[in-house]
Amino acid sequence: MAKSIDVSDLNIYYGDFLAVEGVNMTIRSKAVTAFIGPSGCGKSTFLRTLNRMHEVIPGARVEGKVVVSGQSLYDAAIDPVAVRRQIGMVFQRPNPFPTMSIYDNVLAGMRLNSKRLKKSDADAIVEKSLKGANLWNEVKDRLSKPGMGLSGGQQQRLCIARAIAVEPEVLLMDEPCSALDPISTSAIEDLIHELKSEYTIVIVTHNMQQAARVSDDTGFFNLKAAGQPGHLVEFNPTTKMFTNPDEESTEAYISGRFG
Amino acid sequence: MFVFLFIEGFPGLHADAGVYKPAEDFLSYVGPLVFGTVWAAVVALVIAVPFSIGVALFISHYAPSRIAAPIAYVIDLLAAVPSVVYGLWGGLALAQATKPVINWLFEHLDFIPFFAGPPSVTGRTMLTAGIVLAVMVVPIVTAISREIFAQTPRLHEEAAMALGATRWETIRLAVFPYARSGVISAVMLGLGRALGETMAVAMVLSATPVVTLNLISDTNPATIASNIASNYKEASPDRQAVLIATGLVLFAVTFLVNFAARWVIARSERSITR
Repeated sequence: MAKSIDVSDLNIYYGDFLAVEGVNMTIRSKAVTAFIGPSGCGKSTFLRTLNRMHEVIPGARVEGKVVVSGQSLYDAAIDPVAVRRQIGMVFQRPNPFPTMSIYDNVLAGMRLNSKRLKKSDADAIVEKSLKGANLWNEVKDRLSKPGMGLSGGQQQRLCIARAIAVEPEVLLMDEPCSALDPISTSAIEDLIHELKSEYTIVIVTHNMQQAARVSDDTGFFNLKAAGQPGHLVEFNPTTKMFTNPDEESTEAYISGRFG
Repeated sequence: MFVFLFIEGFPGLHADAGVYKPAEDFLSYVGPLVFGTVWAAVVALVIAVPFSIGVALFISHYAPSRIAAPIAYVIDLLAAVPSVVYGLWGGLALAQATKPVINWLFEHLDFIPFFAGPPSVTGRTMLTAGIVLAVMVVPIVTAISREIFAQTPRLHEEAAMALGATRWETIRLAVFPYARSGVISAVMLGLGRALGETMAVAMVLSATPVVTLNLISDTNPATIASNIASNYKEASPDRQAVLIATGLVLFAVTFLVNFAARWVIARSERSITR
């Protein structure tokens, strides 16, 4: 079940330091939303607040609202663990569990959610997830081999398979291609296109062409000035962002002129 | 060192029967000692390892740094206490304190061979010695495990958390597999200390050459090291040779243990990389 996310007046703090200020946006369901912007402007931080992963950093907290299909994520009654089961995440560097086989890596999330899985069900989930991540044909003969033995691009797709195995509502991707070569990158981009039909996808990228290629909506983050908090400059459909943006600074960033 | 032990101890391996009193020959003399050494170390590890891993995890993953740092410091301090002090504490304070425990164990669990009794009246039992050794092993195992737990790559922990793992599940999925071989080495270092520990055991146990699993009675086997320490000064040259020969055996035992540990680590790593 893909869901949309409404963010209103979100401030993100690390201790007393305001990292990201006043974000308002609506992330559409079954669409790809990309965040672009210079390093350190809070894109990744903001992405992490969408499944409460920023809370692993001591002192991190938010003000404002994140609402996923009517349910506020930061409600006191909401368990962050439950949030992360609904909203999966893929990281910058591929991180399969090093001691586990490919098969066990895919099932890691399932095993957490429901302790007992029948062998046939487990096989079906592994096949479906790996097919979903376009990895099945490459690894079907060596499912019991360790996940670390795959190439970087394959590992990243394994991580995507692991994330979609639990059938999350939203898939967050934090620069999923930044550690990969162009061929693996294009494999992942194709995959994002396919996953869009079932999942709401949010992707952070430094690659403008990638944002233009894969996304439906784009958000541009920037720092107001050095030392100031990051903020959302503009949020619009990708085609508009890359042809006729509302803000001058967006155009400057996209076309490579700064300041 | 090995050469020294071998040359000095060799005559002790087959001296006259009278030298081995109360035993008959070298094997029956050293047998109970080897058993006592290994048994004391095993008891110590059974107590120390779960405790150490628990404390290490608490420090590295649960406690806020304000609490974690003092705890880590106190545990490290335990390593700096001389073993004589542990021996005094074990023989006097702890022996008294364990007496009610021992009696309780005997009353309720005497069907288990470990607690078959008769319960000790002095409290100077193998259980007490094991606890003292455990206290000495804990700082080593805790310090090393803590370092290794803390080194777990963030990336792996985040991978587990992003799947919706609770803190404990994250530890199981990401921390334990990463830390396993390191923790095994830590335990082996601890075992090395427990096997070779001399004074604390000598001061706690009143030794008799018996082989018994009984943890709570007055008759306990000595360990090799404590036996050497308590008898070496008064021993005749023949007897000294025998004691040195037992040292040789201790050397062999620790060597075997380390060898076994390396084998275990190598095997578990092979099963990972496969």
